[in-house]
Amino acid sequence: MAFDQTSVRKDFPILSREIDGKPLVYLDSGNTSQKPQRVIDAMSHFQEHTYAPINRSSYRLAGEATDAYEKGRVAIARLINAPSVDEVVFTKNATESMNLISQAWGRANLGEGDIVVLTEMEHHANIVPWQMLAQERKIQIRWVPLTADGQLDVTNLDNLLDGAKVFSFTAMSNVLGTITPIAMLCERAKAAGALSIVDACQFVPHNVTDVQSWGADLVVFSSHKMCGPSGIGMLWGRMEILDAMPPFLGGGNMIDTVTFDGFTTAPVPMKFEAGTPPIIEAVGLAAAVEYLEEIGLENIRQHEMELSRYTLDTLKGRFGDDIKIYGPDDVELRGGVFSFAFRDLHPHDVSQVLDERNVCVRAGHHCAKPLMKTLGVNATTRASIYLYNDTADIDALADGLDSATDIFGI
Amino acid sequence: MPALEDLYREIILDHYRTPRNRGELDPPAIKAEGHNPLCGDDITIYLSMSGEGDDAIIEDIKVGGQGCSISQSSASMMSQSIKGKTVAENRALARRFKSLMGIAGAEPHDGDDAIDLGDLEALEGVMKFPVRIKCAVLSWNTFLQALDTGGGTTSTE
Repeated sequence: MAFDQTSVRKDFPILSREIDGKPLVYLDSGNTSQKPQRVIDAMSHFQEHTYAPINRSSYRLAGEATDAYEKGRVAIARLINAPSVDEVVFTKNATESMNLISQAWGRANLGEGDIVVLTEMEHHANIVPWQMLAQERKIQIRWVPLTADGQLDVTNLDNLLDGAKVFSFTAMSNVLGTITPIAMLCERAKAAGALSIVDACQFVPHNVTDVQSWGADLVVFSSHKMCGPSGIGMLWGRMEILDAMPPFLGGGNMIDTVTFDGFTTAPVPMKFEAGTPPIIEAVGLAAAVEYLEEIGLENIRQHEMELSRYTLDTLKGRFGDDIKIYGPDDVELRGGVFSFAFRDLHPHDVSQVLDERNVCVRAGHHCAKPLMKTLGVNATTRASIYLYNDTADIDALADGLDSATDIFGI
Repeated sequence: MPALEDLYREIILDHYRTPRNRGELDPPAIKAEGHNPLCGDDITIYLSMSGEGDDAIIEDIKVGGQGCSISQSSASMMSQSIKGKTVAENRALARRFKSLMGIAGAEPHDGDDAIDLGDLEALEGVMKFPVRIKCAVLSWNTFLQALDTGGGTTSTE
């Protein structure tokens, strides 16, 4: 299916909403994405016709609900080219997936003095879980630095990885837009004997993903950034790693048997899915994956590269030295996330002025405070695009920035 | 949506562009820091005081840190308002201001209504933009933190 911008926009009912008589310009998809009608419908339909507990009851309705839930797992395995459907674990969100890894794998494998390597462009979800382990058991954290244009500086990578047990890094920065050399980083981790963990939250919704070609050990990402509902996140891992990991949360669904003396765990993935999982959300997620596959992830990537070029050219063309856009200028090396500083205006004020025109952007530290320190700022304004954005959205952003100048007289 | 002019009044923009009492004070001045973890803004208040207890007078105040137009202008206006007043007068002023911002728990005492807020009145429009109330109140909470504990750190969350 070819990419048809007009028809894609119509798939998202919220984009036809007007506030104060003006259309919505949604440029915050790096935060969370909007939902196409078919995801909304799939969740409603499931609740109207099929909803029941999964994995527990023997009546037919419960069987149908279980099948619907498992279809979400099949869809995700297909989307990321996982070798086995059973390697896909559902969690609450990518942050929980990362905590699952740090708590389950980390506690079983990391002790005092062990080294975890992160990068300076990580967001808090790939920092704080490791810092919690550092507090608890004195592991050490090393940081891969950045180049001036916001890419990973890998010149000293092998030294940083020397003796490391974990290398956990983002596939695409939520602040800089930088797409990292994922396969190379996984290979270098492997050569150093370190577990490779890829935070793919920003990558999977916008690109063709192949976890096998990456050579990654563990990958985390979330549904709500890829047109699916909030409340469900994913962990994919190589089976031998997942199989050897102790459980994370304990409770129903994750056990094989329980006695007064103890328990044994269910096989992967149920071992990591304690309690009633996000059933309705898995159904919505399956619909989201089908939607993205129909449009084509390669078409979405192509559209976003073109719109990224337009965004960079428009903002730099109209504002010159008055705007500083962080991250690489080459759209082959970046996704559609644009953090910027605009004149001397504070991001809160920029975002406030843009909001008057219904232009939705994020202002703040983007849950990446250490990176803000590296950039030498407290906060940035961030516009981020997805398949439903077009050049008119970028023009509205630029017009809004013009009006900020008028108000503040700067 | 309320008009942006309600938020960005001229007096506010004036304090933003030309903030009063910027700088630092050396010890033994009290130093207190406040930050907003949601946006990364931070503010530092330095207080030089004479006297004891509620009758102590704020002899000098300096403001440091970074923030948006609302947090910066609010800090600037506050610095003007509290200088030369006693701790008791300033606590009343803080109550009055927080009640203007609709902050729960800022129950006014008798006589608070009579307190003249001066330039601070211009921040009334912030009430119409609830997400910005924290910006306006950050400097006040940092000031109160300085009075209550003689320094330290406070947060909007």
